[in-house]
Amino acid sequence: MQNKVKLEQLNVHFGATHAVKDVSMDFFENSVTAIIGPSGCGKSTVLRAINRMHDLVPSARVTGRILLDDKDIYDKVADPVSIRRRVGMVFQKPNPFPAMSIYDNVIAGYKLNGRVNRSEADEVVESSLKRVALWDEVKDRLKGNSMELSGGQQQRLCIARTIAVKPEVILMDEPASALDPISTLKIEELIEELKEKYTIIIVTHNMQQAARVSDHTAFFYLGELVEAGETRKIFTTPDKKQTEDYITGRFG
Amino acid sequence: MSQAAITSRWKIKTGLNGDFIFKGITVLFAFSILVILFLMIYEMVEQSLPSMAKSGWRFITDQNWDAVQEEFGALPYIYGSVVSSILALALATPLSVGSAIFITEIAPKRLGAVMASLVELLAAIPSVIYGLWGVLVMAPWLQSTVQPFLIDHFGFLPFFQGAPYGVSMLAAIFILMIMVVPIITSISREVLLAVPRSQKEAAIALGATRWEMIRMAVLPYGRSGILGAVILGMGRAIGETMAVTMVIGNTPQISLSLLSPAYTMPSVIANEFAEATSKIHSSALMEIGLILLVVTLIINAMARLLIWSVTRRQSGGGR
Ligand SMILES: Nc1ncnc2c1ncn2[C@@H]1O[C@H](COP(=O)(O)OP(=O)(O)OP(=O)(O)O)[C@@H](O)[C@H]1O
Ligand SMILES: [Mg+2]
Repeated sequence: MQNKVKLEQLNVHFGATHAVKDVSMDFFENSVTAIIGPSGCGKSTVLRAINRMHDLVPSARVTGRILLDDKDIYDKVADPVSIRRRVGMVFQKPNPFPAMSIYDNVIAGYKLNGRVNRSEADEVVESSLKRVALWDEVKDRLKGNSMELSGGQQQRLCIARTIAVKPEVILMDEPASALDPISTLKIEELIEELKEKYTIIIVTHNMQQAARVSDHTAFFYLGELVEAGETRKIFTTPDKKQTEDYITGRFG
Repeated sequence: MSQAAITSRWKIKTGLNGDFIFKGITVLFAFSILVILFLMIYEMVEQSLPSMAKSGWRFITDQNWDAVQEEFGALPYIYGSVVSSILALALATPLSVGSAIFITEIAPKRLGAVMASLVELLAAIPSVIYGLWGVLVMAPWLQSTVQPFLIDHFGFLPFFQGAPYGVSMLAAIFILMIMVVPIITSISREVLLAVPRSQKEAAIALGATRWEMIRMAVLPYGRSGILGAVILGMGRAIGETMAVTMVIGNTPQISLSLLSPAYTMPSVIANEFAEATSKIHSSALMEIGLILLVVTLIINAMARLLIWSVTRRQSGGGR
């Protein structure tokens, strides 16, 4: 399996807090990797390092290397804006742009590439919404307000907005934790489909979800990577006692 | 501690009487504000009646204001107030929104905080000081430099014709602009600060640059709040008396040229109330005051509503 993203000795500090410690691991192309671990162990911090979101936080310091297709995204010549177009992100709480229509939300990121003509935009909006199985639900009200959608629909809209940019990697930080069980199921099915085209990294608190959707799983504890491997193995015969304890619910 | 004990302790602590009196006093205060407002409007209407009866609609359509002949056409004052505040707002808005964006999104945190408090400080300067500076420093500069320049280069436009007097509509526009920039900036700043981080992150994660993020996530989210700030500035500009009176030239005329002196509603009230000995004259001034009051109340209510709609969405929307 081809590796798409590679962390090498990744460390993240926030001021005096050492949030991520010496993490090295691989994320593979066309596969879903779940990041699990107790609250505060650095899952989101690792995820946000992969599209350089920490650039926005003045106190954050990232060291080590993150290779995207063998190129270090923290290299001096690397451009964070173009990296973020290749590495999209879906957040815990659905965050569509409230002042924009459904249509404009989907096309918002795509339009950043330059002028888009009408038919091209229509096509991108339709194909992105179809990909996230939202098209049938909203095709009659594309110009309607995005805030009138349900939470689950909003989250799928945000995923559509992300894939409209045609990224290679999609980061998801607990994308279903604010949703009801049925919307969660839809998001999980969607992840299953998306991995045919993208590399997906998902943070989740839900063990069953990790087991259901992921091919690989990484377990973090107190900022360190305890164990990473195939999901089946992590959930049945983990190498580390800590991993087993966490997965069986003995702590965390 | 048992339920009864808690209740009795609570009673002792606040005291039934103390609580009652305190509540009574606050209710009284709250109502007295409403009563004062109501009485003021009532009194103004009452005292405007003679003027309304005498002039009718001609009060707001006629241009001739002559207290001796008892002719009262307030149009030049209305025109002066509306034009000076709208043009001041047109100049102040981009400046203020730009400053607010710089303070919240671009400047390093420290610099932003320093600038924000300087802006607050500017808003606290008494208007007579702006007026004094306007009439002693700005007006002579306008007369010697800016207005001749405008006449030479843009004199073909009706807005820049006539002689350079210094004191003029243009001077009033500038002074009002300087006075409303701090207000609009500081409210816009609060509106922009209320834009949730999740909105900015959404834009950044799509590959937006900082400017694109501001255009895509920050400004649209704060749009109605910024509009509210502008309208609030409008309320301030239209009611500003001292500084405008000092620089506008106080001539009741309607001229397209911004270089001509003009007059505003608050200025005429301030200038004439002392010499308004006839009943009809003071009634006419009262009617101008009433027009000003109604316009200001409407403007402020609109602004509050817009600002409130943004901050409410913020508190309901989580982080
Ligand atoms: N912007 C920040 N500034 C300072 N400290 C931060 C910041 N973001 C995260 N941290 C710290 O880094 C550590 C890891 O946080 P992180 O958000 O990555 O945890 P997490 O595993 O995602 O937890 P959760 O499951 O609760 O989301 C925590 O100690 C947190 O306090
Ligand atoms: Mg997290």
